Amino acid sequence: MTYVIIGAGPAGVVAAETLAKTDKGAEIVLLGGEADPPYSRMAIPYVLTGIIDHGGTHLRKEAGHYDALGITYRQGIAKGLDVKGRKVLLDGGGEQPYDKLLIATGARPIKPPVPGLDLPGVHHCWTLDDCRAIEKLAHEGAYVVLMGAGFIGCIILEALVERGVKLTVVEALDRMVPRMMDATAGGLIKDWCVQKGIDVKTGTKVTKVESRDVGGEDKLCVDLDTGDQIAAHLVVVAAGVTSNIEFLEGTGIEVEQGIRINEFLETSVPGVYAAGDCAQGPDFGGGFNVHAIQPTSTEHGRIAALNMAGRVTPYQGSLQMNVLDTAGLISTSFGDWEGGPGTEMAEVLDAGHFKYLRLNFKGDVLVGALSLGRTDHMGVLRGLIQNRTHLGPWKGKLMEDPHRIMEAYVAHAYA
Amino acid sequence: MLKALNIDPGKCTGCLQCELACSFENEGVFNPSKSRIKVFNFHDQGRFVPYTCTQCDEAWCMHACPVDAIKLNKGTGAKEVDSNLCVGCKVCTIACPFGTVNYNSATGKVIKCDLCGGDPECAKACPTDAITYVDADWTGLDKMRQWAAKTDAGQQATH
Repeated sequence: MTYVIIGAGPAGVVAAETLAKTDKGAEIVLLGGEADPPYSRMAIPYVLTGIIDHGGTHLRKEAGHYDALGITYRQGIAKGLDVKGRKVLLDGGGEQPYDKLLIATGARPIKPPVPGLDLPGVHHCWTLDDCRAIEKLAHEGAYVVLMGAGFIGCIILEALVERGVKLTVVEALDRMVPRMMDATAGGLIKDWCVQKGIDVKTGTKVTKVESRDVGGEDKLCVDLDTGDQIAAHLVVVAAGVTSNIEFLEGTGIEVEQGIRINEFLETSVPGVYAAGDCAQGPDFGGGFNVHAIQPTSTEHGRIAALNMAGRVTPYQGSLQMNVLDTAGLISTSFGDWEGGPGTEMAEVLDAGHFKYLRLNFKGDVLVGALSLGRTDHMGVLRGLIQNRTHLGPWKGKLMEDPHRIMEAYVAHAYA
Repeated sequence: MLKALNIDPGKCTGCLQCELACSFENEGVFNPSKSRIKVFNFHDQGRFVPYTCTQCDEAWCMHACPVDAIKLNKGTGAKEVDSNLCVGCKVCTIACPFGTVNYNSATGKVIKCDLCGGDPECAKACPTDAITYVDADWTGLDKMRQWAAKTDAGQQATH
């Protein structure tokens, strides 16, 4: 049996390790597209802040880790699939035959249709190569424009602030982290950043980036739809990501936003599975969604591998959750925090101290939550949501005082 | 045989000796807010419940870590944070459905119970045997473990 995994991010690596443990003696080939050993993109901002070096991003730290498990690491980029012949077609002409295949090709940053984003000094912050370029340019006092204040943009924001750059953040939507935070929390995050001296322009679009023929290092000019122009040494583009699925065109593998997979994480073609940021899998609410987050990618990797190895394991669905540190202000979001018809919301706000907690219920079950300025026991929000815990009388207590969430949890899970 | 912390809330008087012992052993200060074990006070019932990591088999924290900073100590069964590798991304703090991994903003790293390397100070400090360190198979952690199993991503949710 030859298992092939396309993509050496967290989903691919966890899948390879799970296969090695579950189907001992099988051939396992892990295909990675980059020259660096398998690493975590999530960790790149911490290289920029100096907490770790490049090696600190590696998903596994021990030398010979993959060899010891019988996993063959091969560098190569998939440019197509021969589904009938069971072969991965590689960029540059090679092939990689498989018996069972896992597609874990992840996502890539979106380059919005703004003129000038191919100029030198304009970078995404996605790969270790991007990281190397940003390390060179983002020195203390450098003028930097960050396009996008979504989840990834805010993590990069933190790293750029730590490096002491003079930062301007431009976000097209009306608030920061719009897909993770409501207006209250997003507004507070912006206030926090402004208090820290960061220039945050929400509801503002970059219309053009041009090169300036001037002395000094600020060779870029960023035009905004407000008519303002900002001189910059570096422009970092964090305007969202999209799944890497184009190479599957013509294979018959069903794709929408991502590769459609069933509860066993198998695609529409038997024997071909998908996991992580490229996969549109069952979500906790009963739909199918791309949840491009670390916990989902590692869960996908493990469960896809079990199913590939013949251990039938249904996936209960991914739960959207995020934790973000925006220049020291920590926020979390879980599940269906937006709520809507048929749900009830309780919130408690202490704007002066940048503290906020919002709980969304359906009946007496917690279905979503948001927090700002809290770090203790945050995981119980996941636990209560994912276990669909019936809170009974605690529902009323939480509607009155959402702060009692940990008591409610201990009362149900344990006491 | 592996041992585990067994907690009997019925014996807890809320004296907080466990929190003081834990914070002193692990953070060098007598400060309950830095403790990895927490005693919850149910005022309306006059009850106290000590609460910490069960070192669960599912180990969501360990699997969610993007930089391999949480490792299994095979001697104790504890999942231990390697502070040299932890980048402080906090993903483990939301992935753990028990809420027993917390972020320490003073150090920029996460903290969780590591069973003090096999000699837990909380159990030694507890004057009423509400916290004991006993053979893992014998402990009364079943309710929590069953609850944990329901969160397992690889199982069908029970409705």
